[in-house]
Amino acid sequence: MELLLDSLFNGVAIGSVLLVAALGLAIVFGLMGVINLAHGELMMLGAYTTYVTQLIFKLPILKPFYNSYIIVSIFLAFIVSGVVGILLEKTIIRKLYGSPLETLLATWGVSLILQQFVRSVPLAYGTGLVISLLIGLFLPTTFPSKIKESINLKYFKFSSWIFAALTGVLTGNVISSSVSKLSRASARNVDVTAPSWMRGQVEIIGTAFPKTRLMIIVITLISVIAITLFLNQSAWGMRIRAVTQNRQMSDCLGISTEKVDIITFGIGSGLAGVAGVAVSLLGSVGPNVGGNYIVGCFMVVVLGGVGNLLGTVLASFGIGIMTDLIGAGRLLSIWPDMPLPLSNTINFFATTSMARVMIFALIVIFLQFKPTGLFPQKGRMVEN
Amino acid sequence: MRISRRILAGLATASLAVTATSCGGGGTSGSFDDTVTVGILHSLSGTMAISESTLVDTEKMAIEEINAAGGVTVGGKSYKIEYIVEDGASDWPTFAEKSKKLIDQDGVPVVFGGWTSASRKAMLPVYESKDAFLYYPIQYEAQECSNNIFYTGATPNQQSEPATDFMYKRSPAAGGDFFLVGSDYVFPRTSNTITKAQVKQLGGKVVGEDYLPLGNTEVAPIISKIKKALPEGGIIINTLNGDQNVAFFKQIQDAGITPSSGYYVMNYSIAEEEISTIGPEFLEGHYGAWNYMMSIDTPASKKFAASFKKRWGADRVVADPQESAYNMVYLWKQAVEDAGTFDDNAVREALVGQKFDAPQGPVEVMPNHHLSQTVRIGEINAEGGFTILEETGVVLPQAWNQKHPSSKGFACDWTDPSKGEKYKL
Repeated sequence: MELLLDSLFNGVAIGSVLLVAALGLAIVFGLMGVINLAHGELMMLGAYTTYVTQLIFKLPILKPFYNSYIIVSIFLAFIVSGVVGILLEKTIIRKLYGSPLETLLATWGVSLILQQFVRSVPLAYGTGLVISLLIGLFLPTTFPSKIKESINLKYFKFSSWIFAALTGVLTGNVISSSVSKLSRASARNVDVTAPSWMRGQVEIIGTAFPKTRLMIIVITLISVIAITLFLNQSAWGMRIRAVTQNRQMSDCLGISTEKVDIITFGIGSGLAGVAGVAVSLLGSVGPNVGGNYIVGCFMVVVLGGVGNLLGTVLASFGIGIMTDLIGAGRLLSIWPDMPLPLSNTINFFATTSMARVMIFALIVIFLQFKPTGLFPQKGRMVEN
Repeated sequence: MRISRRILAGLATASLAVTATSCGGGGTSGSFDDTVTVGILHSLSGTMAISESTLVDTEKMAIEEINAAGGVTVGGKSYKIEYIVEDGASDWPTFAEKSKKLIDQDGVPVVFGGWTSASRKAMLPVYESKDAFLYYPIQYEAQECSNNIFYTGATPNQQSEPATDFMYKRSPAAGGDFFLVGSDYVFPRTSNTITKAQVKQLGGKVVGEDYLPLGNTEVAPIISKIKKALPEGGIIINTLNGDQNVAFFKQIQDAGITPSSGYYVMNYSIAEEEISTIGPEFLEGHYGAWNYMMSIDTPASKKFAASFKKRWGADRVVADPQESAYNMVYLWKQAVEDAGTFDDNAVREALVGQKFDAPQGPVEVMPNHHLSQTVRIGEINAEGGFTILEETGVVLPQAWNQKHPSSKGFACDWTDPSKGEKYKL
C-alpha cells in the first residue's frame, strides 16, 4: 500500500511537471496549430522572473513578505512570459500563420535570441525592458475610447511608447542600483531557493512527501482548472474555441480573430511562465533550462491528441507514472519473485537513461496505432 | 529592403570588428625582442561556456603574469606571449575544426584547450595527425595517453580512489553501502567502474547505480531508488554534471537525504564555482575531492586566489580546473625555455620532468604526460568553500587505471620509445 502510494505520488509529481510545462504548448499548438519552439524559452523567462522576484523581495522594504515571494512570482511570471509572447505574436508569428515550417524556423530563431538575451543583458535592464513592453502594449488600451478618438491614434501610441521606454529605463536603473546581483550580465546559472515553509517534507498517511513537489502539483492543478474554466465558461474562451473549429466562419460572425490569436498566444505563453516558476523550484535557472523540457512538452501534446486538454492531462500523468514504474524498477518490488529473464529485462531498463528510451519507444509504438493521439479531435476540421 | 540590407551590412561589419578585437591578445610593450602567439580554445558560448570561460580568464592571467615578468626567454631572445582565443562553442566538431585553424592558419606552437572528454576525443586525431601539442587542464577518466596531449588534471587514482577510500574507511558513514549517481557519458561511467572495483577490494558493497541523461533534470526516480537501496543512510558517489547537480541536491534535501539523516555525498565535479551556483545551504556537510581547493592555506595558493580576484573581480573564485589551467601555461613556459626552441618535439622532451611550485604544492610532469599531484578531501562548509580534512602526499598519475578491468597492468611512458602509449608492466 505504502509502495503503491509512493509510486503513484512519484508518477503524479513527474507528470505534473510535464503537464504544467506542456499546458501552454497544448493551447498554442493545439488550438492555434503554431509550432512554438520558443516555448521552452518562455518557460525560462518565467524561471528568471522567479529569480528576480526573489532578489527583489530580499530588499529591506519587502523583507517581511519574503515568504510569499513565490506566490507573487507565479503571477509576475505569467505576465512577463505573456507579454513577451504577445510581442512575439504581433511581430513574427502573425505573419506566418498557415506555414508551419517557417513558424518552426522563426520560433527556433527567437528561442536562440532569448537565450542569448539572458546571457548578455543584465537582468535588471531585462526587467526594465519587460516593463516597457508591458506599458507600451497595454497603456493605449486602458484609456477610454473618447480620449483616443480626440487625438490622432499614431501620436497617442507613439507617446505612450516613449513613456514606456522612460519608465523601463528608470526601473532598470533603480533595480540595478539596489540589487547588485542583477546589475551585471552573466551566463552563469542562478539559483532559486524556496522559502522555508516550502522546504522539507510533509507526512501523509505514513509516507513523507517533499513539499516542493506538492507545491508543483498544486500549481499545476490550479492552472489546469483555471484554463478549463476560462475556455469553457468565459466569453473569450468560447470565441477561442469557435476560431479553433472554424476560423473563417467565426470571422464572418464578427469575432475578431486577430484579438483571439493574441489572447490565445498570450495565455499559452503566460502558462509557460508559470511552468518556469515550477521548474525553478526543482533545478537551477539558466539560459538552457527551457531546452530541457521542450521535447517532453511536444511528446505530451502529441500523445494526448492535438487540441485536447484532457488528453494532455492524461498523457502527462501517463508518462510520469510510466517513467517512475520503469525507471525506479517498481515492478520488481511489486512482484518480487518473477521469473529470472523477465526480472533481468526489467532491471536492464531500471535506469533513468534506459527508462527514457523505453518511454520513447512505447510512445512511438502507440502512435503507430493511434497517430492522432489519445483523444483525436472529432469532426471535420477546416484546414487552411 | 535597401535599409534592411544596409543594416545587415552594418551588423556584419560590427560583428567582424568585435571578433577582430576579441582575437588580438595582450597589449603593447617595448622591451621584448619578438612575440610568440599561442592558442586558447575553450567554449565561450553554449552550455559549457559558464565553466570554460573561467579557464580562459585564468590562462589570460597566467600569460599576463609571464609577460609582466619578462616573457619567455628562448635562445637568449625574450618573447612576449600573445594569444588567439577561439570559441569551441560547446560543440565537439567545432573544437577539432578550430584546432586545425589554430595549427595550420595561425601556426601556434601550442594550444591550451578543452574541458569535456568529448571535446578532447574530438581534438585528439587532429593533434596526432599534425603532430601538434594540446594542453588539457581537466580532471578526467584517463584510459588515454597521447603523445600529443599533455594532461594537467587529475586521473581517477588522483581523485576518486583516495576519495572512495576516505568514504569507506574514515567518513561518518564508514563501512556503509555505496550508491553511484552520474550523468550519462564517459567520465561518470568509467569513474564508477573503477569505484565499483575498488569498493569490492575494500570489502564494501555497491547497492545501486544510475545515470541521468545529459540535459535531463528529473531526478525523482533516482531518489526513490536511493531510498530503497539505502534505507538507513550510506555513501553516495556523485559524478553528475553542471545543472543536474542543482536539481539533484535541491530534491534530495527535500526528500530527507541529508548528512543529518546519515547520507553523505562525495562529489567529483563540484568545486568552489559550482558550490556558489548550487548554494552552500544544499551542500553543507557533503564532501569533495580535488587537487586544489581555494581554502589551501599556503602563500602560493593565497597569491593565486588574490591575483585572480584582483584581475577579474572580488566576487570571483578559483577552483581546481583553473589551477590546472594556470599550471599548464607555466609548465609550457618552463619547457620551452629549457628546450631553447618552440619546436614541438624538443619541447615535449623537455616537458617531462619539469617541476613547478603550483598553488596546490609542488607538481612534476611524469613520462606519461600527466602530473604528479596532491589529493585533498574536503567537507563543504556554510561559507561555500571546503574545510580540508585530509591531504595525501604526492600521488603519481596512472594514465591506465590499475583498478579498471580493461587497463589493469598497463602503463604509459613516452620517454622510452620501446614503451610508448600502452605497455604491459
